[in-house]
Order: sequence, then C-alpha cells, then structure tokens
Amino acid sequence: MTTPTVTDWRGVASEDQDELSEKVSVLLRDRSRRLLGDLLTPHRKAIALLTAIIVVSNAAGLAIPYLVKVGIDAGIPPMLKGTGPGTLITVVGVIVAAAATQALTRQAFLKLSGRIGQSILLELRRRVFEHFQRLSLSFHEKYTSGRVISRLTSDIEAIAELLQSGFDGLVTAVLTLFGTAVLLLVLDVPLGLVALIPLPLLLLFTRWFRRQSAIVYRRTRETVALVIVHFVESMTGIRAVQAFRREPRNQEIFRQLNDDYRDANARSMRLVAVFMPGIKLIGNVTVAGVLVYGGWLALHGEITVGVLAAFLLYLRQFYEPMQEISQFYNTLQSAGAALEKLSGVLEEEPGVPEPREPKVLTGARGRVRFEGVRFAYVEEMPILPGLDLTVPAGQSVALVGATGAGKTTLAKLISRFYDPTEGRVLLDGIDLRRLDELSLRRAVVMVTQENFLFSGTVADNIRFGRPDATDRQVREAAKAIGAHEFVMSLPDGYDTEVGQRGGRMSAGQRQLVAFARAFLADPAVLILDEATSSLDVPSERLVQRALRTILADRTALIIAHRLSTVEIADRVLVMERGEIVEDGPPDRLIAASGRFAGLHRAWLESLS
Amino acid sequence: MRPWRSENRLIPRRSLDGMPPDTSSPRRPLLSSNSLWRMRSYLRPYVAKLVFIWLAALLGIGASIALPLVGKEVIDGPVLHGDSGALLPLGLVALGLGVVEAFLIFIRRWSQIGPVLGLETRIRDDLYEHLQRLPMGFHGEWQSGQLLSRATTDLSTIRRFLGFGMLFLVMNILQLSVVTVLLLNMYWPLGLLVAASAVPIIVVSLRFEKRYIKISRQVQDEQGDLATLVEESAIGIRTIKAFGRRHHVYDQYDDAARKVYDTSMDKVRLSARFFTFLEVIPNFTLALVLLLGALAVGGGSLTLGTLVAFTTLMLQLVWPIASLGYILAMAQESMTSADRVMEVMDTVPAIAGGARTVERPRGHLRFEGVEFRFPGADRPVLHDVWLEVRPGETVAVVGATGSGKTTLTSLVPRLIDPTAGRVTIDGHDVRDLTLPALREVVATAFEEPTLFSMSVRENLMLGRPDATEEELDAAIRTAQAMFVYDLPWGLDTRIGEQGLSLSGGQRQRLALARAVLSRPRILVLDDTLSALDVETEALVEEALRHVLREATGIVVAHRASTVLLADKVALLAGGTITHVGRHQELLTDVPEYRELLAQDADLDPSEGALR
Repeated sequence: MTTPTVTDWRGVASEDQDELSEKVSVLLRDRSRRLLGDLLTPHRKAIALLTAIIVVSNAAGLAIPYLVKVGIDAGIPPMLKGTGPGTLITVVGVIVAAAATQALTRQAFLKLSGRIGQSILLELRRRVFEHFQRLSLSFHEKYTSGRVISRLTSDIEAIAELLQSGFDGLVTAVLTLFGTAVLLLVLDVPLGLVALIPLPLLLLFTRWFRRQSAIVYRRTRETVALVIVHFVESMTGIRAVQAFRREPRNQEIFRQLNDDYRDANARSMRLVAVFMPGIKLIGNVTVAGVLVYGGWLALHGEITVGVLAAFLLYLRQFYEPMQEISQFYNTLQSAGAALEKLSGVLEEEPGVPEPREPKVLTGARGRVRFEGVRFAYVEEMPILPGLDLTVPAGQSVALVGATGAGKTTLAKLISRFYDPTEGRVLLDGIDLRRLDELSLRRAVVMVTQENFLFSGTVADNIRFGRPDATDRQVREAAKAIGAHEFVMSLPDGYDTEVGQRGGRMSAGQRQLVAFARAFLADPAVLILDEATSSLDVPSERLVQRALRTILADRTALIIAHRLSTVEIADRVLVMERGEIVEDGPPDRLIAASGRFAGLHRAWLESLS
Repeated sequence: MRPWRSENRLIPRRSLDGMPPDTSSPRRPLLSSNSLWRMRSYLRPYVAKLVFIWLAALLGIGASIALPLVGKEVIDGPVLHGDSGALLPLGLVALGLGVVEAFLIFIRRWSQIGPVLGLETRIRDDLYEHLQRLPMGFHGEWQSGQLLSRATTDLSTIRRFLGFGMLFLVMNILQLSVVTVLLLNMYWPLGLLVAASAVPIIVVSLRFEKRYIKISRQVQDEQGDLATLVEESAIGIRTIKAFGRRHHVYDQYDDAARKVYDTSMDKVRLSARFFTFLEVIPNFTLALVLLLGALAVGGGSLTLGTLVAFTTLMLQLVWPIASLGYILAMAQESMTSADRVMEVMDTVPAIAGGARTVERPRGHLRFEGVEFRFPGADRPVLHDVWLEVRPGETVAVVGATGSGKTTLTSLVPRLIDPTAGRVTIDGHDVRDLTLPALREVVATAFEEPTLFSMSVRENLMLGRPDATEEELDAAIRTAQAMFVYDLPWGLDTRIGEQGLSLSGGQRQRLALARAVLSRPRILVLDDTLSALDVETEALVEEALRHVLREATGIVVAHRASTVLLADKVALLAGGTITHVGRHQELLTDVPEYRELLAQDADLDPSEGALR
C-alpha cells in the first residue's frame, strides 16, 4: 500500500490506517476540534454561566479548609483567654455558609453541565444519523453496515461517557489543582513552595502516563474489536460452523484473540498499577516534608498551628485530582478517537449530491433515457462503457445477460444510487442529478433480491412504501400481489411482528412483503432486480399474474435470470459487457437466431 | 479515586429486555449471589495470590490511617513543647509510612492483574466453547448481540467487581470501622457526632442506588431501542433509499433519541442531587466538629493536635461512606451479569454427539417416521416423514414455500434433532454418531451462504483442511466459481464481513464449492443455485452431476432444471412426504407437483409478449 498524502485524509479514509503521520494527525485533530467547536457554539451562554458557577463552587469548597485554619488560629486563642467563642462562632457560620454555597452551586453546575452534555449528544446523534442516511449507497457499500453501527453506538457512547463523568471530573480536578496551589502560597509562601516542589515531577510523571496510556489504550481497543468481530461472526454463522466442524479451529482463534485482549488489558492495568501508587508516593513524601518543615516553622512561631492543619487538609485535595485526571484520561482518549471518526463521517460528501436547485416532478410519466452513459467503479474497468437507451413511458423492459454484464448497474443508475461517470440519465427529460430527491423516490422504486424487513408488524413493513396508506390500502396492495393469503396465515395476520430481520418468514415470504411494499408505493418506474428469484413457482406465478396488471400503466425494468419473468415484458434487452447486444420484443427475438433465442431454447428444455 | 470510572465501556450495553422470551425458566430473584459464587472455581488457581493481595490491602489501610496520627504527634509533641529533636524522627516515620502505603498499593494493584484478567479470559473462553456446542435451536432464539453483550459487557462487569469492587467494599467497611473507633477513642463526643453523620449518607446512598439502577436500566433499554433503529437503518439502507424514506426513518430515530435525552436528564438531575448531598453533609459535620472541638480545646478536654488529626481523619471517611452505595450497586450489577452469563452456560446442549463413528460410510440415508416441531408450536413442521436414499442416489425435495424443506435437510447433519422418529445413516441413528464423524459424512451448501472473514482458500477448505490445490481447483470449477482467481489477491483474498464483499451468486457458488470440496458421502444442497443466472446454473448442474454420481445427495429444488439432477423426487406437502417418484411420473400423475414445477402450466408465453 502506498503512503497516502495529506490530501487523501479526507472523510473516513484515516480509519483504515494504523500509523498516521504527524501532519495527518494534526489535520485530524483540527477537524475534531472544529466539530467540537461547532457543537459547543449554541451553548456559549450556558457555558459562560457554567464557568462562573464552577468558579464560585470551587472557591467555596476550597475556602473550607482555610476557614478551619482561621477557626483554629483566631477562634481558639480568645476562648483560651476566656473572651468567649464569638470569633469561633462567626467562623463556623462562614463555614456553614460556604458549604451551603458550594452545595447549591455544585448542584446547579451538575444539572447545567448535564443538560449541555445531553443536548450535545442529541445533536451529534441527529447529525451523524442524518448524514449517514444522506450518504450514497456507494459509500455504504464500501463502509459496511458494521462500521455505521459502531459509529452510531459505541463512538457516541464514548463521547457520552466523557460528557457524563469526565467533564465534571476534569473541570473540578483542574480548578482544585490550581486553586489549591494558589491558596497554599497565600497561606505561607515558604511552606507553600516546599509543598509545591514535587509539582513539576508530578506533571512529568502524569505526562509519561498519558503517553503510555495512549498506546496501551489503543491496543486494548484494537484487540477487543477483534474479539468482538470473531465472536459475532461465529455466532451468526453458527450453522456453517457446526456443519463444517469448524469449532476446534474457531476455539483456537478465539483463545488467541482473547489472550491478546487479556495481554493488552494487563499492560494497561500494569501501567495504572505503577501510576496510582506513584502519585500516592509523591503526595505522601510531600506530606512528610511539609510535616517536618511546617512543624519546624510552627515550632519557631513562623506559622501557626492552623496553617499547618490547613496545609495537611489541602495537600489531600491536591493529589487526588491528579489520580482523577488520569483515571478518566482513557475516557477522554476514546472520546477523542470517536470524535475524530465521527468528524470524518460528517466530512464525507454524498456521492450523489442533492441538487442545488431541485426540480420538482409531480405526476411523473416514466420516460427513461440514458445519454452516452459511462460508468466505472474503477476507472480502468468501466462497467458501462457508453450506453444510449430510451425507454418510453409505460414500457416494460426485461434485461437479460450473464452475471457482471451491467444489468444491476443500469438499474442502480436509474434509481440514482450512483451517478454516471460520464453522460446523463433522464427521467421525463430531467437529468436525475437535478431532480428533487423526493420526486425521484416517488417516481422510481427498486425491488431487489435482498428485501429488508424492519422490526414492526407486517402491515408496518408494507406501509413503508407509503407511510400515509390506510389499513385497507395495505391489504389491497397485499392482495394485488398475492401476498394476502400467506399474511392471513400468520399468527396475527397483518399485525404479526416480524422478528429480527424478517425472523421466521421464509425468503419467499419476505419477498412477497417487499413486492406489496413496492406496489403500495405506486411508482411511475418500477425496477425489479432479481426480485422473483427466491419465490417458488406458484408464488412466482401469482406475482407474475399480478405484475401484468401492475406494470400495465408504468415503466418497468425487469432483471431476471429466469426467462419466465421476461415473458411479461414488451421489450427485451440482452446485455453483454455493459453493452446492449440485442434489443426487441421477446417474440421477435425468439424467432430470430440471436443470443436470446438460444437462451430461450435452453430455458424451454430445462422445463421439460 | 472512583473505581466505577476507571474503565470504559467499549460496547453499548444491550437492553435487558431484549432477551428472548424465556417462559420456561423461573423469574430469578433480583439479588442472587449464587451465579457469582459459582464462578469462584475460576479463582482457584490464584488462591495464594489472592491472600497476598488482601494482606497488602489491609496493611495499606493501616498505613493510610496512621499517617494523620503522626501529624497529630507532630503538633501535640514538638510544636507545642518546642521539642525540635523529636521533629525529625517523626518526619521519618511519616515518610516511611508514606512510602510503605504507596508500595502496598502498588503490590495490590500489580498482583491482582493476573487473577482478575485470568478469570475473565477463562470464562470468556469457556462461554465461547459452550456457545459453539449449543445447537441451532438455541442460536435461532438468541440474537448474536445478546450473546456478545454477555461475553463482553457482563464479563467486564464481573471482572470489575471481583477485581476492584469487592476489595473496596471490604476495605471501605474496614476503614470505616477502624477510623470511627479511632475517632471515638480520641474524643468520644465528636466521634459520636461523626458516626451519626454517616447515617443519613448511608440511608440516602442506599435509596439513591435503587432509583439510580432503575433509571440507568431505563436509559439502557432506550439506548437499546435506539441501537436497533441504528442497526436497521444501516442494514436496510438500500430499502430506505429505494423508497426515499430517509425522513421517515430519521423521525423514528429522532423520537427515540429524544426519549434517551429525557431519561438521561432525569438521571442527571437525580445524581446531581445525590452528589451534592454527599458533599454537603461532611462539610456541615466539619463545621460542627470545629465548633465543638474548639470549645473542647478551650475547655481543655482536647488537645490542638488531636483536633487537627480529627478533622483530617474525618475527611478520610467521606469517600468510603459515599462509595458504599456505588459499590453495592456494582455488586448487584455484577450479580445480574453473572446470572446472565450463567443462564447461557447452564443451557445444556440439546444436541450432543454419540459415541459411534462410521468406518467407510456408504451414505445410506433413511428418515424413519420423523417429526419436527418448534418448541411451543402447536403444529409440527414435519410429521411422519419416511424417506430412503440409497448410497449414490440423489433425491430432490420439492415443496411450496414454507413446507419445511430446509428443516428436513437440517436434520441430517443434526443442526436440529427430530422431535419423534429418527434419521439413520448406514443403519446408525445419527444421534449415536459423534458429531465430528457425522458432519464429516454430511456436507451442506446453504441457500444463504455464510462466508467467514478469512481468505477464499480458508473459506473453501473449511470442511477439509487437507485438500490439495488440484482438489481445490476442481471444486472451484464444479461450482463455476472461477471468479475467485480474478480477485485482487486470488485465493488469498480476504472475504466476509471484514473483507471484500461478494454478490449473492458469488457467495452461493463459494458455498457450493466448499461443500463439494469436503467430498462428503452425503451432500445436501439446500436451494444452492437460486441466485445464479441460467447459463451458470446450467454449467454448475452439469458439473454437479459428476459429483452427485459418487455421493448420496439431497437437493432442495424450486426449478425443474435442478430436479433433473436427482434420480427421484420427494414431494413435501402439508408437513410430510406425499409422493416419491421420477420427475416425469409425478408431473403427469400429481397435479400438486405440476402446480409447483411446471413453470408455464397455465402461462401462455405469447400472451405477455404480445401485449
């Protein structure tokens, strides 16, 4: 694989790469930052308010040990002198007030930051989901559904994790750290300096940990991803696994992956096992130092006992946040990685862009035209080298040809799943690239062999073709296509829940539902790509009978391996290597001596 | 230090309600430590290490409690009495204690890595092994996502609890009691005050924990619904695009996402109140302690050093108390997780191999009064199925959609077992054979082929790892799968979910090549050719004829051309085999069969064409 240049790192390209150059990393970081900024902008005011609240909250919290010091230093001597507890009571009152202030502001902070976080999440979910839906099929085919799912689940989850626990922790930790450092110096400069001596060491240590943990964490994620992929693949393909006695080998692979994951985890835990006590050690040594030096200072009357007590209280607060920061560093990292990927997805442009000034087409007639259409997935190997074709409105065209002849590509171009590399495809004289998306989908519907059923009832699935259809219309559609009988034989008829991805329905039954769905959509152009191949003969016959009525007043493009389907067509196109080699009504082609005649003969023989 | 934050969830947690309807098993009690307890055997190899870890943990607590006491000594001793000589030794003691504490933490964390990860990894291995043994019936009811969440999320939860939670639970309780005793000992009125202040915190924590779990579950469930929508939107993208239903799907998603938002906000509000409460009580207590403590110092019943030590120690209590609720929640969560894992582990494989192997199998297959019904179904899918396929013979199974053809073929390699009657090979009940032996005799090519994320070669050699290049090539040619040679890396091209995607027809041909390559005595073709075009199909059929000559074959067929591969045809109707005979015989004698197979029985070819 060649090393890509910086400009290649648009969109999701970086996901496939293990090692990134410095330049690319910077680019990616900028991109994530832009997305983050974009998400935060609407909350500017709330964030400003949040900052004010958090400063007050922390000040109040930090003041408490200081007030304890004041209580000890200023409150106790008067009492020892017998002048009464007046000062002490004032100080205690202030402590209570500080505690109350801290509590109220803290609650406000948690609620407000929670709201901002959740709003950002909601916005991110919406944006990414919407964007995925907008991206063209060519993107989805390359990107695969698995990755779409993990972007929208685990990546969003990683960011949620950060927003829920990390954000609060980070802000509090950083503010505590700086606030404490300042206070220590205010309390007593020499002792404060002694207490802060280990700070650079602490920062260096933390930086070391962060770097290490970045490496280790990445490894953990990689290894767990492999475990998951292998696991899911084995479980979804368990039938083949068992039928071909794959279990022992699978077990071997799984054990290896599982061990890799364990090792990665162990590395990460070892790192923490060094880091945590390390921080503790630095903290404890500091406490011992402060105790000796502070004790000596107090002994010589340079500081009061209250100051020493305050120091001991503050030092506890000083080192805990460091652990906190590192604790959620992984959260921060995975959220960063997630954001990077999500920003990449959002950067992807739809391969079939929406027109800038969309033309709305109502009451499409269904005239389809290809003008000098060239199409290639890979530049050197065009699927369609240059195609000209006109299908008058209302005509049923059958496409025949071997696998790879370009039939499906042709169909995909009409439904604008792809745009031609050169030339143009027109519907009723309008270039598809300029046609409003809704108009196009209203006019052109494609039924393929893989007919996806969504969770919900059978009726819901049929209604997918036209969401505003009444129950009656749904039934009519099913009846027209010959699916009514089988639907009624289901436990709850039209209200039967289809299981996960079509559950216990057979491929043929799912196909019938898909047909009813397409029929209900009532498009001007109907494309059937191998749509009847998984039906048994009686069902196919039913569908074919129905098709005659359905296709009567609309343009149809039928791709079929079985020639029986072809017979209902007005016109047959035989394709070979992306070109139309025969074109004419079926009976004329049969009568001639071309390829179609040969295919037809072979087919007739196969029936006997 | 908050252990529940220390690890990230890599996988979104699946909805608990996403479990398949499980009517047979009794409702489990909410908190049953039983499943978790049963996992103890996985810790057995580490007993010595565990004792060591606990010891380190206990000593660590001791050190952390002792440190503030040294502070007290410094203030009450040298500072008050101006005794600078005692200062340095006390400082050294503090230093020593500090170093020891850090070292003990290191020991504890470092040593627990082995046992904790060992436990998790072993259970995961075992779970996977068990799942591979469980039959199709089980896998048909459980979605792979549910199994995955058990193998990952649940096991991590258990690991976290056994590794951290349990230790912290005991340590916290211990620390709590020791410090409380210490405080009581220092100055009992204040000690009592501190102990009393813990009561509201514990009560609120426990209450909070219950509500928190409930609301967390709700969020999880709603996130599960959201994930389902995401999954469908990704897998069904073609359908969505074909109908232009982007907005419709988006609206559904948006509704679900809003729901998650609302519930999450409830959760935020709940925890905001709780955390504030957690912090405010210790602060108020601190104020009270200072007030009363100062009064006591004034009254001479308390030294200044003790007061300082008292406040420091008191603050040490905040964390253990506050975390109790969390750790208990964690404990409960891990028990639920253990239940979920054990639920799978306790499923006895309904299909277990016998002991017999067949030397030189001939492939004489018989169905003897076979019945199959799905659990809980009132009507059987198959009943009274009698069929004999002699060695070398090929039978086509023909039947309408949903007539049970696939069920019938699944019985042979025991992907499912009949609920009555038996299937025999060479006179042996298939249930008496070992599973590897049986599945070596039988190979199946499925209609919806499964390819794994590995090279084409590995995928093909799944059933016969020792096949030679020549045999491989022959199988590829039989299945007309020569396209594999044109793939970017030829036979070494990685395919499957993680690799290059292939078309339905290509996948079917590979699955066929795979079945052919394993050279089984009994070859089952479950409508394997449905996605092929006519020409390819004809070529494949021609080649299959040779293969089937040497093996016993069962061919599920929709088309006359496929039926012609077979010596005889079995017609499956109403859940049983109604007719067995030659294609031509059935065509003339059985109207039902004609209806199924005679493509143009009532379709005049000219009618459509002339319109």
